[in-house]
Amino acid sequence: MTPRTVVVGTGPAGVRAAQALVQAGVRPIVVDEARRDGGQIYRRQPEGFLRSHATLYGSEAAKAQALHGDFDALRGQIDHRSETLAWNVTSGQLHTVHTPSGCTQTLDFDALIVCAGATDRLMPVAGWNHAGCYSLGAAQIALKAQACAIGSRVVFMGSGPLLYLVAAQYLKAGAQVEAVLDTSPALPGWAALRGLLRRPRLLLRGAALVAGLRRAGVAVLNGVLPLRIDGTAAGGVSGVVVRDARGAERRFAADAVALGWHLRAETQLADLARCEFEFEPLSRQWLPRIDDCGRVSTPGVYLAGDGARILGADGAESAGRLAALAALHDLGHARGRALFAAEQDGLKRRLATMDGFREGLARAFPWPHAHAAGLPDDAVVCRCEAITAGELRRSVLELGSQELNRAKAFSRVGMGRCQGRYCGHAAAEVVAASARIPVERIGRLRGQAPVKPLLMNTQEVGDGGCDD
Amino acid sequence: MKQPMPGGGGRFVRLAETARPAIALCIDGRPASALEGDTLLVALLVQGRHLRQSEFTASGDGARAGFCLMGACQDCWVWDDAGRRLRACSTVVAEGMSVRTTPPASPWGETGARP
Repeated sequence: MTPRTVVVGTGPAGVRAAQALVQAGVRPIVVDEARRDGGQIYRRQPEGFLRSHATLYGSEAAKAQALHGDFDALRGQIDHRSETLAWNVTSGQLHTVHTPSGCTQTLDFDALIVCAGATDRLMPVAGWNHAGCYSLGAAQIALKAQACAIGSRVVFMGSGPLLYLVAAQYLKAGAQVEAVLDTSPALPGWAALRGLLRRPRLLLRGAALVAGLRRAGVAVLNGVLPLRIDGTAAGGVSGVVVRDARGAERRFAADAVALGWHLRAETQLADLARCEFEFEPLSRQWLPRIDDCGRVSTPGVYLAGDGARILGADGAESAGRLAALAALHDLGHARGRALFAAEQDGLKRRLATMDGFREGLARAFPWPHAHAAGLPDDAVVCRCEAITAGELRRSVLELGSQELNRAKAFSRVGMGRCQGRYCGHAAAEVVAASARIPVERIGRLRGQAPVKPLLMNTQEVGDGGCDD
Repeated sequence: MKQPMPGGGGRFVRLAETARPAIALCIDGRPASALEGDTLLVALLVQGRHLRQSEFTASGDGARAGFCLMGACQDCWVWDDAGRRLRACSTVVAEGMSVRTTPPASPWGETGARP
């Protein structure tokens, strides 16, 4: 019997998972919320745009082109459902909605491979609710998918490799980059370097990006403490104020700010599938517990790519293929077992290298949790509903919340439009510091269905107007 | 022809791909233009400074212009003439599209419910 397989996501992990299934003779259903494949990192520009792969993806152009080409070649051999949101998982079933039509479907699966990717990891800064503040990923999407800059004078603030990459891409595309403000120290420690040296060419490319920005006259500051984003409720952002490494206050005029502190995994579907989670102390975030093939505590469910571990695009390609082959192996699928036996060692070795590099990155560009815990009371933590750090602290100090979901119930932080995607990690630090409890014992925001808001026109198949 | 929204020039700046065909749309009842392949968010922000007003203005919150551009934050909701909600970052503009940056009076329209 042919196993019923469903892949969520068409980024690097999802595409390689789907490809592995097809190569084993299986026809998977492939669900993705976007119109086109590629995920965020290799996001494809709309039809009618003319920029080359080299312009769009720089040093990663060949990989992007290969991924797009290989996915195009799968058409006809997979059941690809674009603009389709996977909004819930129940036992053996994935629940989807085609967002333009509102048509829902329930997909029975023997194996579900979730390649849900990641979003930017955000730390609130006083004033980040002003119009003109964007995530770093947003700044890159504006450029890559729409050939736009997010403003006429842009400040990049946060930490991690994407900070320098997007700033360099903006500079190259002709945008005005006012400053790159990194909360991490200039020189990574030895433990960080040891990890980063697992991928020396990537490390050199990063160093070249920073050097290029400085050469172009962009102010690049390390070890900053973000103080506030100046602006008005009506007009939006007008500048960024930080304390530099020497303790001096510095202001950069800007009409747009791109913010990001590396990435956070999209784990809601794993949560709804009742996967066990574990606290990862280096990056201070909860992640689904996976084995070296992407298996989780729930049988039949597999995770790959940045939605499980932030290994980046190359790691995601390996993890996607490995998870798909492991799924077929576990189902007793003969061709899948043969491919798994032949490839698992090589794929795992590659992933181990990527994981060493991930550790190096996490040490070199640490999540500045003390900044989050020390946010001023009047700083907005929840952008969705303009809820401040002070209100969140009150839920601990006056209402006795000693657990994050309880603090959420009292304060509404994590209940808004984004469902805690952008405030959740900082909220945990604020609550933990207020309650004087280590952050790993404060709990984690539980994923809820639907993982994103659905419209009231959502309807069951057969309820008229839906294609099957 | 561009019709700048209040606040002057646009927030987003086009850096390339400007030779695409223009298409006509309507923003808050006023004629406007965009380029084929634009998302609604880009079409609105190359000629305006924001997409909508925060519904939490009592907390001192104000204009909003989107945040993640990848469909995760839901900050960029606008509405069509029937009051249906559109996520501007993942909606592609179409010729003759008419959008509103203020929510409809009826909360049932806002949910996108069909009559």
